[in-house]
Amino acid sequence: MQGYARAAALCVLGGANAMNQQQADIVIVGGGGAGLRAAIAAAESNPGLDILLLSKVYPMRSHTVAAEGGCAGVIQAHDSLDAHFDDTVAGGDWLCDQDVVDYFVRHATEENLRLEHWGCPWSRKPDGSINVRAFGGMQIERTWFAADKTGFHILHTLFQTSLKYPGIRRCDEYFCTDLLVEDGHCAGLLAIDMRSGEQTLIAASAVILATGGAARVYRYNTNGGIVTGDGMALAYRQGVPLRDMEFVQYHPTGLPGSGILITEAARGEGGVLTNREGYRYLQDYGLGPETPPGQPQNKQMELGPRDRLSQAFWHEEQAGRTVATERGAAVHLDLRHLGEQHIQERLPFIRDLARTYINVDAVHEPIPVRPTAHYTMGGIQTDRHTATCLPGLYAVGECASVGLHGANRLGSNSLAELSVFGRLAGEQAAERAAQGLAVDPQRLRPQAEAQAAEREALRRANGPERLAVLRDEMAGAMEAGIGIFRVPAQMTATVEKIAELKARYQQLGLKDGSHAFNTEWLQAIELGFLLDVAEAMSHAALARQESRGSHQRPEDFPARNDALFLRHSLARQQQGGATEVSWQDVVITRSAPGERHYGGKATGEAGR
Amino acid sequence: MSDTIELAVTRYRPEQDTQPWEQRYTVPCSDDMSVLDALNYIKDALDPSLSHRWSCRMAICGSCGVMVNGEPKLSCKTFLRDYREAGVLEVRALDNLPVERDLVADISGVVEHIEAVKPWLIRHSEPPVDTAHSQTPAQMARYHAFSQCINCALCYAACPQFGRNPAFLGPAALTLAQRYNLDSRDEGSSERMPWLNAEEGVWSCTFVGYCSEVCPKDVDPASAINRGKVASDINYGVNLFRLLRGKGDA
Repeated sequence: MQGYARAAALCVLGGANAMNQQQADIVIVGGGGAGLRAAIAAAESNPGLDILLLSKVYPMRSHTVAAEGGCAGVIQAHDSLDAHFDDTVAGGDWLCDQDVVDYFVRHATEENLRLEHWGCPWSRKPDGSINVRAFGGMQIERTWFAADKTGFHILHTLFQTSLKYPGIRRCDEYFCTDLLVEDGHCAGLLAIDMRSGEQTLIAASAVILATGGAARVYRYNTNGGIVTGDGMALAYRQGVPLRDMEFVQYHPTGLPGSGILITEAARGEGGVLTNREGYRYLQDYGLGPETPPGQPQNKQMELGPRDRLSQAFWHEEQAGRTVATERGAAVHLDLRHLGEQHIQERLPFIRDLARTYINVDAVHEPIPVRPTAHYTMGGIQTDRHTATCLPGLYAVGECASVGLHGANRLGSNSLAELSVFGRLAGEQAAERAAQGLAVDPQRLRPQAEAQAAEREALRRANGPERLAVLRDEMAGAMEAGIGIFRVPAQMTATVEKIAELKARYQQLGLKDGSHAFNTEWLQAIELGFLLDVAEAMSHAALARQESRGSHQRPEDFPARNDALFLRHSLARQQQGGATEVSWQDVVITRSAPGERHYGGKATGEAGR
Repeated sequence: MSDTIELAVTRYRPEQDTQPWEQRYTVPCSDDMSVLDALNYIKDALDPSLSHRWSCRMAICGSCGVMVNGEPKLSCKTFLRDYREAGVLEVRALDNLPVERDLVADISGVVEHIEAVKPWLIRHSEPPVDTAHSQTPAQMARYHAFSQCINCALCYAACPQFGRNPAFLGPAALTLAQRYNLDSRDEGSSERMPWLNAEEGVWSCTFVGYCSEVCPKDVDPASAINRGKVASDINYGVNLFRLLRGKGDA
C-alpha cells in the first residue's frame, strides 16, 4: 500500500506567500560528477565549512550516470603527458587554452587514482593493475574504464564517498531558478523545493554551478531529460558570457530515433562502421587506410575524432549510401567479429541497450547508428581556476568553458575534467568562503521576492502558447540550422526562429496551477533556460565565419581562419535582452596551430 | 500503425485530492514505445498536469520506477507491446512508499537507508596518491554484481518486509553494504556489522526473493542479503566465543 497522507500534510506548508530562507558557506548547484567532486574537495580543504549540494534530482540520477566509455589519464609507461596534451589540443582544432590543457593532463591520472582509492571499480588487467582502452583521437591507449558504465561507477563512487563528510548536506529535488547578485557579487540563489513548490532563498559566500550540458536544445540527442542548460542560462542572465557555444559535439554513434548513446568504446574495442554497401566508408574521409576488423589503430578509421566521423556520416547520407531503417537513416556499427565473450566482458551495457531498444543482438547483427547531439564544448566562461567574471560565482564541468575542449572534445576527456576541475572549484570556493563574504539573507530578500513573483506568474500563466509545441519547434530549428553542417540561410532562419520562440514563450499557458511536484511548471522554466542557450549557440555560430572542429560552414566559410578566428567567442546577453558576440584570445603556450592529422597521416603511413 | 492502448493511471494531487483516483488515457502503441514514452505523450499531448519522474531513457539513472499492472518496473525499460493482449496498463506510484504526487513516490526514506550503511570504502590507511590498489578480475567479480545497483527502489516496492516495517534497511541498502564488505580493498566490514546485525538488518529479510526478480540490473539483492546473514552468523559466533572467554564484544 502507498501512503498518501504525508504528502498532503507537507503541502499545507507550501503556498504562494511562503519563502524559506537558508544560509550556507558554499552552495553547489548540480549533484553530478563535477558538483560532487567540488563538494568533497571543499569539505576536505576546510572541514568546518557548511557545504550545500542542491540538485533538481537525487545526485545519482545526474547525467554523469550515462557516460559509458571511459575517463582519460596517462598511465602506460610508453605514454606521456605531452602526448595527451598534443592529442587534446589538435583534437580541439587549436581552440583549447593550452595552460588549461597542461594543468588538466598533469592532474587527470591523480584524480583517477583518487577515485580508485574511493572504491571506483576500474576494469583491471589479469595481474590486478589498471586497464586502459583505445579512444578516438588519442594516439596511445589512456582511457580508464569500468566496463561500459564508467560514468555510472564514477557518479555512484563520488555520491557514496560524499556521504562520509559531515560538512556536506543536500537539498535533493530543489530546482534552482535564479542567482542572487548583490553589490556585484554572487551572493546566493533562489530555488523551488519541488515537493512543496515552496521558494527558498539560499545565501552563500560562494556559488558553484555544476549543472551539466544543454543538448536537449536538439531534437535528437544522447542526453537525459534533465540536461537543459540551467546553469548556463542562470549565468547568462546575469551578464556572464557564454563562451564557444557554437561548438556542439555530435556523437557519431547514437541509436536512430531515440538518440541513445552507443559508446565510442565499441570502436575502441574494435567495432567497425559500414555503409549500406558494407563498405568501411571512413577511409574516404581522410581517416584511412582501412585497418583490419578487430585490430583498431589509434587515430585511424573508427578511432578518428568525433567531429570527423559525424561529418563523414552526413556526406554518406547525402550520397544515398546510408542504411534506411524504420527509425531513419543509419550506418552499421559491426561488433560481430569481436565475439560474444569479449562483447559481454567489455560492452555488456551496449549489448543490453541494443537488445532492449531496437531488438538487435550485437553478437549476431550490426547495430544501426547515426550521429546525435551529445555534448556542449562551450559553456560559462571561467578562468583557468573555474572562477567566472562575477565574483563569488564558479562554474565547472559541462556547463562551464574552462578552455579545455576547444572546437571538438576528445572522448574520455570530459569525465576526467569533472574530477580535475571539480576539485579545483571546490578548493577555490572554500578559500573564498573562509574569508566570510556572505551577505545577510535579509538584504537579498527584496530581489528574491521579485524573482519569486515572476516564477509564480509563470506557474499561473494562461496565454495561448503550448509548452510542448514551443519546445519541439526549438529542437527542430536547432537541428536544421546549428547541426553537423551549417549553411547561412538556415542559420539565419534559426536565429530568427529562436527570437520568435522567445517572444511566444511570454504567451505561454500552463494547465497545472498546483505547487506540489508541478513538473509542467518546472519544464516551463527549463524551456526558458533552453531558449537562452539556443540563442547563444545560434548567434555564436553565425558570428564565427570559418570552419573549425565541430563548427562547419561548407558553403560560405569552408576553411579554418586563424588570422581572424583563433579566438573564443563570447556570447553576452545585454541589458534589454539583445545578444552580443565578442572575442577572446586563445592561450597558446607551446603548440602552434597546425593541421590535424588522422588516419595514415597520423602514423606517418601513406593514406590512400 | 494506428494501434492504441489504454493507460489507467492512479492520480493523486495533494492540494486537490483527499484520495487517489484513476484516470484513463488512450495513447498510440507501437513496437518501440515504452511506458515512459506513453507517459511523456500524455504529458505533452493530453494532460500536462500528470507528474512523473524520468531522465536518461536508457535504464541507468533509476528515476522512472512505477508499478505497471502491479509489478515494479522502470517505465523506460517496459514496453507497451508486451501489454497489447491485456489492452490496458494500470500505472501507479511505487508501492510501499509515501506518494508525493501522481506517479512520484517519496524515496527519501530509501536514500536514508542507503546512507546509513556506510557505503564507502573504509581503509585504516590511505595508499600513496600515485598508486592504485591491486585488484584482480577475480577479486572484483566477488562484489561486481552488487555494485550495479541504480537505486531505483523497485526492490523496496517489491519487499513485503519493507512494506510492513519501513525501518527495515531493505534490499538496496543491505546489498550496498555487502558490495563494500566483499571489496578486497575495504577494511570496514566490522563497522558495517552493527547495521547488518540490527533488528532492521539482514535478519528481517524472510527471503521472499521478489526483490531479485524485479531488479532491472540483475543485482540479485536477495543473494547479497543471504550472504550478509552468513557474515552476521559468523560475527555472532565470534562474539559468543570471545564472550565465553571473557573478552567482551569484538
